[in-house]
Parts: sequence; C-alpha cells; structure tokens
Amino acid sequence: MAEMPIIDQDKCDGCGLCVGVCRCNVLTVVNKIITIIETVECDWCTDCEAVCPTGAISCPFEIILQEP
Amino acid sequence: MAVQLEFLKSVPYFSDLSLAELESIRKLVFEKTADRAEMVLLEGESAANLYFVASGVVKVFKTSAEGKEQILSIVRPGESFNDVPIFDGGPNPASARAMGPLLLYGIKQQDMKAILRDHPQIALNVIKVLARRVRHLVSLVEDLSFKHVISRVAKILFEHIGGEMGRGPRLTQQEMAAMAGTAREVVGRSLKALEEEGAIKIDRHRIIITDKEALQKIIEVSS
Repeated sequence: MAEMPIIDQDKCDGCGLCVGVCRCNVLTVVNKIITIIETVECDWCTDCEAVCPTGAISCPFEIILQEP
Repeated sequence: MAVQLEFLKSVPYFSDLSLAELESIRKLVFEKTADRAEMVLLEGESAANLYFVASGVVKVFKTSAEGKEQILSIVRPGESFNDVPIFDGGPNPASARAMGPLLLYGIKQQDMKAILRDHPQIALNVIKVLARRVRHLVSLVEDLSFKHVISRVAKILFEHIGGEMGRGPRLTQQEMAAMAGTAREVVGRSLKALEEEGAIKIDRHRIIITDKEALQKIIEVSS
C-alpha cells in the first residue's frame, strides 16, 4: 500500500483546511472527521501538514542512503 | 453569498464592535474567489485592498530573482493579509497565492481608512495584528540571517539515515524545524537547496542521500 499522510484524530478538529489544499484529492471529510482515500496516490507535497492549525497531520520522510 | 456578521465578529480587527457597527462595515466588504494556485496578489504592484480569508488557505511569499521562493506566512480563515501596504500606501511587499479553493472578503483601501476614522477603537486591534506580524517576521529574519539552517538540516538528515535492517526514524518537516531551531518554512527551502546542490533527492516520502560527501561538506560549513 502507498504511503499516506498520518492523521492524529485526537488533535484533528475537522476544520477541513487540508481537504481544500490537497491537489490529489487524497483527503475528504466524513462526519466531520478527516479521512484518507486509500485508493488515491498522494504526491507528498506536505501542504496538508503545513496548513493544519492543530498539527494533526504529519507527512514524515524516510531518510535513506543511496547505494553507490 | 452574503458576508456573515459572525465571521466579521471573529476577525481580530473587528472583535470589539457591536452588531450595528459590524452591519455598517459589512456594506463595504466584497467577496473575491480564487482557485488553487491562482495568484491573489503580486509583489510590487500597488495595493488596493485588505483581505480576510473566509475559507481556504493563502500562501504569502517572496520570490528571488533566481525564482527561489521563501514563504513568509500561511494565512488561515479569520486572518488578514496585505495589511501593511493598505496602511503605509506602498506597493504589495509580497505575493499571495491560493493553496486551494479560496474565498476572501476584501475591503478597499479608502474604505478601510473610513472605517478607522468612524470606529477609532479598532485601531488598537489593528496595532495588535501588525505587532504580531512584526514579531513573526523578526523571528524569520533571525532564522534566515544568522543561522546556518541548511547545514543543520543536512546534519539532521545525516543523523537519521535509516539502517540496513529496516526503517530509521521518519521525520516530518515540522520535526526537522524543531530540531534545527527554525521555522518549517525555512526547512522546506533548505531541503530544496540541498536537492539543487545534488546532495539529496526527494522522492515522495523518501529523502535519498545521493551524495554523502557533498552532504558532509555542507555540514562542515557551520562546524
């Protein structure tokens, strides 16, 4: 399964700002809860993390060393 | 869609006004919409309007001659932008772009001056908003002027390389910012700079260190 942003439901207040900025339509609101649509591929622009006023969304990077 | 009084009441500028006063201001407010990635303001152009974000998010940024972008602020619902040129009469100090579907409430410069004249009590609120903005920008100036943020971000990447047996710790830009003692906006630009230097490659959720020696050289700059 493709990597997706992580939503901390305890911090999320369902404001939906992340849904508006998501250019891939990965995020949606279901019953005031931000939900990830797993079938859509996220391009990891991290805009959802940048705009979240409560710090509920995280888009972590894995750091790897390219083999020579 | 009519401008909501409740929204105006939630705006820091107008929080102390009565409903009757808000009603008189509402008549001067106009709506403006923008789609994702649409420019709302251009740096250097003459400023005509003060804007409040009703829904959506706006990115306020400066662009260098080489096309590099530095985000100054992310403006969320209830917050204003383009305040400074409205009050000092100068050109727009930065550009603004919609990060998604956007609804703005605008007030023309001359109307804002009339509002201040008719409701002088909001001047204190305006000062508070501008003071907060100065504080934020001073902090950003400190980050950009005195801190070797790029080399510190490089060091953080180097120290968090995933092991051969599996994943290392994964880091968000917010976490890197906290570790480097800087703002998230500065980390984003540092990562782009490291990519342009050829030290790393950003591939979706992976930061691949493509040139370990180049990364080490960048780290050594500040040590």
